[in-house]
Amino acid sequence: MLDTAAPYELHPQVALRPEPFGALAYHYGNRRLTFVRANELVELLRDLGAHDSVDDALAASDVVPARWPAFRNALANLEASEVIRARTAH
Amino acid sequence: MPAPLTEELKRGLDAPICLTWELTYGCNLACVHCLSSSGRRDPRELSTGECKAVIDELRELQVFYVNIGGGEPTIRPDFYELVDHCVGTGVGVKFSTNGSTITPATAARLAGTDYVDVQISVDGADAATNDAVRGDGSFAMARRAMDNLAAANFGPFKISVVMTRHNVAQLDAFEALAGSYGAQLRLTRLRPSGRGADTWHELHPTNEQQVQLYRWLLDRPDVLTGDSFFHLSALGEPLPGLNLCGAGRVVCLIDPVGDVYACPFVLHDEFRAGSVRDVGGFTSVWRSSPLFLSLREPTSAGACASCGSYDACQGGCMAAKFFTGLPLDGPDPECVKGHGELALAGVAAGSAPSPGPGHSKPRPVAVTFRRK
Amino acid sequence: MSDTVIAASDDVATDAADEDLVEEELLVEEVSIDGMCGVY
Repeated sequence: MLDTAAPYELHPQVALRPEPFGALAYHYGNRRLTFVRANELVELLRDLGAHDSVDDALAASDVVPARWPAFRNALANLEASEVIRARTAH
Repeated sequence: MPAPLTEELKRGLDAPICLTWELTYGCNLACVHCLSSSGRRDPRELSTGECKAVIDELRELQVFYVNIGGGEPTIRPDFYELVDHCVGTGVGVKFSTNGSTITPATAARLAGTDYVDVQISVDGADAATNDAVRGDGSFAMARRAMDNLAAANFGPFKISVVMTRHNVAQLDAFEALAGSYGAQLRLTRLRPSGRGADTWHELHPTNEQQVQLYRWLLDRPDVLTGDSFFHLSALGEPLPGLNLCGAGRVVCLIDPVGDVYACPFVLHDEFRAGSVRDVGGFTSVWRSSPLFLSLREPTSAGACASCGSYDACQGGCMAAKFFTGLPLDGPDPECVKGHGELALAGVAAGSAPSPGPGHSKPRPVAVTFRRK
Repeated sequence: MSDTVIAASDDVATDAADEDLVEEELLVEEVSIDGMCGVY
């Protein structure tokens, strides 16, 4: 379950390959392939690890607040397929 | 609204998502329908060094995954060296094998290697059905390989079946076989390619069987298909997958001598894009070969324009049309509306392009002695 | 697995000015690595 107040990161086994439509995200561990269809979401994925929470990452992004629910839904799906994961303190 | 994903993919990507790489034309089997007409190794096959250079290029391009096949890829002495190079460089591997070299030792080695998937080919759920196509003892050999992988705790491997008239009745049995090993079942379409051209008319599923297969697959979204049945999407709800021909757009084939083709089912000059040995290597073939550029042009429905199903089936498979002598801008020979059957009736006997002898081993010839 | 997951529909309430943003956003689409025709 996506906790938008928690810190997240792109899974280290995921490769993000830019495409005209956004990016391809391939998880080398589970072999799942995801088409990320918005450049803003690609940017967000790259920046996720630098923010203390998903909400912070969204606030710092170019994504207008009206689209945040859609972006949160997308991130929830990406968590389910392990493209992103909660960051644990080291 | 962004364009449907498929429309973007049809224009082609700057690099394949994945691709098939036939490592050798050599094979210890002689399956009746072999798509690559394999049997004998080719003296011009890529060297170990050339193969590693290709792998490095694929890494540069960020190709995620390579599907290694042949022939029987494991007969190459450098097979494991090349797999290790892929994995070490960051290119995922799935290799397709008849299982003849998957001993307990190789199974253990594979179990210890991450990012490698194994796909075992069978074409029947029992020896009788399978061996009729793949040769005596081939089923037992494949089962031994599966047992060895299971015993070595390899994890889920794939069992890949080419659907024919003689094994559609065994769908449930295939599911049970895969289930018994915790393996993933994969069913793919028979194309009239390679040696498949000789027997396609007798071996391809009947119309009724196609419908049966479609319904069975719809109920089982976890069964892999390599998106090879997208022509069946004209029957109703689309099957999972991209439902489009990826050849030259998101995937392609590299053959054992380094030739690049649109896909493994069109090993013919007409669909040869270039060679990894050309100046600019694989990258420039992918990005600038005239063949691939033309495959990325928008196509018209052609003779299928008046059919309401074209959006669903896209006119089917290029390889199926080409090797049955049908025009590429018309119906697939197995068109679910029957338009292909009609078109086939108009094809002059012997006029379909031939795959040629390929690398098939000569068939044993009966020798007769004449006495005066 | 070869399931296609369509995600991220935007259920924001309408406001004339937000008309454009009310459309469903198809932000992610999953396709199996085995889900493209032309490979083994």
